[in-house]
Amino acid sequence: MHNFLFGIYPYIALSVLLIGSVVRYERDPFTWKTSSSQMLRRKQLIIGSILFHVGVLVIFFGHLFGLLTPIWIFDAMGISHGAKQLLAVVAGGIAGVVALVGGGMLMHRRWTDPRIRKTSSFADIAILALLLAQLVLGVGTVFVSIQHLDGYEMTKFMAWAQGIVTFQAGAAAHIADAALIFKLHLFLGLTIFLVFPFTRLVHIISGFFAPLRYLFLRAGYQLVRSRRRRPLEERRRAFDARQARRGPAATTPAE
Amino acid sequence: MRVRAQIGKVLNLDKCIGCHTCSVTCKNVWTTREGVEYAWFNNVETKPGTGYPTDWENQKRWNGGWVRSASGKLHPKQGAKWRILANIFANPSMPEIDDYYEPFDFDHDHLKSAPDMEHFPTARPYSKITGERMEKIEKGPNWEEILGGEFAKRSKDYNFENVQKEIYGEYENTFMMYLPRLCEHCLNPTCSASCPSGAIYKREEDGIVLIDQEKCRGWRMCVSGCPYKKVYYNWESGKSEKCTFCYPRIESGQPTVCSETCVGRIRYLGVILYDADKIEAAASAERETDLYGAQLDVFLDPNDPEVIKAARRDGIPEDWIEAAKISPVWKMAMDWKVAFPLHPEYRTLPMVWYIPPLSPIQNAAEAGQIAMSDQMPDVRSLRIPVKYLANMLTAGDEEPIVHALERMSAMRLYMRALTVDGVRDEGIAARVGMSGRMIEDMYKIMAIADYEDRFAIPTAHREQNEAGADLRGGCGFTDGNGCSSGETGKTSLFGGKKKSFALPQETF
Repeated sequence: MHNFLFGIYPYIALSVLLIGSVVRYERDPFTWKTSSSQMLRRKQLIIGSILFHVGVLVIFFGHLFGLLTPIWIFDAMGISHGAKQLLAVVAGGIAGVVALVGGGMLMHRRWTDPRIRKTSSFADIAILALLLAQLVLGVGTVFVSIQHLDGYEMTKFMAWAQGIVTFQAGAAAHIADAALIFKLHLFLGLTIFLVFPFTRLVHIISGFFAPLRYLFLRAGYQLVRSRRRRPLEERRRAFDARQARRGPAATTPAE
Repeated sequence: MRVRAQIGKVLNLDKCIGCHTCSVTCKNVWTTREGVEYAWFNNVETKPGTGYPTDWENQKRWNGGWVRSASGKLHPKQGAKWRILANIFANPSMPEIDDYYEPFDFDHDHLKSAPDMEHFPTARPYSKITGERMEKIEKGPNWEEILGGEFAKRSKDYNFENVQKEIYGEYENTFMMYLPRLCEHCLNPTCSASCPSGAIYKREEDGIVLIDQEKCRGWRMCVSGCPYKKVYYNWESGKSEKCTFCYPRIESGQPTVCSETCVGRIRYLGVILYDADKIEAAASAERETDLYGAQLDVFLDPNDPEVIKAARRDGIPEDWIEAAKISPVWKMAMDWKVAFPLHPEYRTLPMVWYIPPLSPIQNAAEAGQIAMSDQMPDVRSLRIPVKYLANMLTAGDEEPIVHALERMSAMRLYMRALTVDGVRDEGIAARVGMSGRMIEDMYKIMAIADYEDRFAIPTAHREQNEAGADLRGGCGFTDGNGCSSGETGKTSLFGGKKKSFALPQETF
């Protein structure tokens, strides 16, 4: 069972996340959205949403780099395991509380405001509940973690995560003796990956890519779409060539 | 020079009777779906008033449109790109549904299903969002109809700037006019500039500004970016929607629904050729009062051989060039200078223009005589203050408005002389810098306003830009979700209940 949950389930969850997102983006782009409810009630959203998103983003990148950076890089930089764990506990703990406060405000708003309650789907409420549960578990691990600050426990999770992403058999064995709360946290995290493509969470992907395109790929501000098959410069060259053949007096039908 | 064509529009406010036929037909065609009950792609406001959504013209509050920085560069008033992205988790400038109104319907079913009662059953209102009973309706899409509400509230109207407005609260001095509003299909739209997803675009062929429903992610920056508040967030589909300029109709040479059904014949559609290379400079004009003139400079004269040559080279179809020559929009905006852009100070270079309304002489009864200057009524003594119209249409510059109003009253005098006395009085025409022929043409188009004169719409050239094989077996126009309807909900894997796509059935 342990081997299934932490050795096989991660691959199921990540595969569904990846393939499901691609399929949804390809087949049903109309459903790919943030599903914002700001229009219906601004109250609590501004503060709640900002706290929640900033907190979650800090946690996300903390986990990403904390788990997947090979341990020898930290060793080479001279950061002890204990110091790294302390950083993770402090930064993660603060961000977790920030996200919990924000998420709590969002949940309260979604649950009690009749307009938003009525227009929420089951998935809208369920995914928020799932994220809040995950935050509670995550903040809960802090209390376990501070009981042993040598960083040894943490390196086990790093070994597991790096084992998973590098397709090493037996990765699950690294965390066989981890505390229950960590295992719950990991399982719920993987489950969130699993449901990701079927919920509004897909907007996270856009949240990373849209700003890059907006800032770096769009020259200036405006977008003009042409339905003509050739770009203007090419059309102009072709026109000039035709015009030269026919002589200046003849008119040429526009393309 | 980079020549492009746009189907422009002019609304003759002098003839708008405020019947709302445009709004109703538009709504019936476009926004009767769940999520956009509150949205009116076309609405008619009574001015002076704060409008719909409330106070939309107050950009200090909503941060719509553009601002020119000290260096002469433009950026959206809600912020440059990085600033917009910083607000992506919550948009501080976006109106709430209560700034429009909570959509409601009446419980008509109760009228026939009520049991035998002592009192006559009534159809009480309920919210279209929550379904709950609404005890009191606080707001609607046209809450200030015919000067409804107290003057203290209505006079918050932004166009009263630099107008001594107190006297217009008095019954004897009051004035009103109608302002039908739709998307301006700007040359420099802030909605598209604000969209982080790049979902909003202007079409090269006809200038229509559209939202790609499959690319829209619901970041809502367009809602706050648009200074006219004509982009609406659909709370059901989670996408933004806006006036489409009825592009399926325009492409087949038909006028938009609002224009087609306009009872007062106030709406005109025609081709305007413009120079895309001049847009940025025009929108960046230093003084706000220069923006109207700067926009005129962007337009290209379709009778100029150089322009025709360049237009052909840039692929403007021949029939579009011909349509530009007879465009009523060109005549009103450029030849006669009677039409103006709505709030040019937003720097969006709007393409739906307005002819200011004439109004009765202000103190005629008191003075016992009409204020005349040079045998013409002095347009500065009209009931609607010129400054008010100027704040609305020329960023406060009164001269062009006075000029237009004088030409319109000269048209009345000239035509009265012609039809009553049978005299072609060239003197009247000359006083406003026109000829008798011009005035008669103006009369034909603006006063008689035959269908053929109001609309000069060339069809889209599908043979140039569509591959027939790709369209075969397609679904035609839908609300955005391919062959399914625009609804999202239960049975789809990705959270969409696919409603069966029912075509209207004949009933006997």
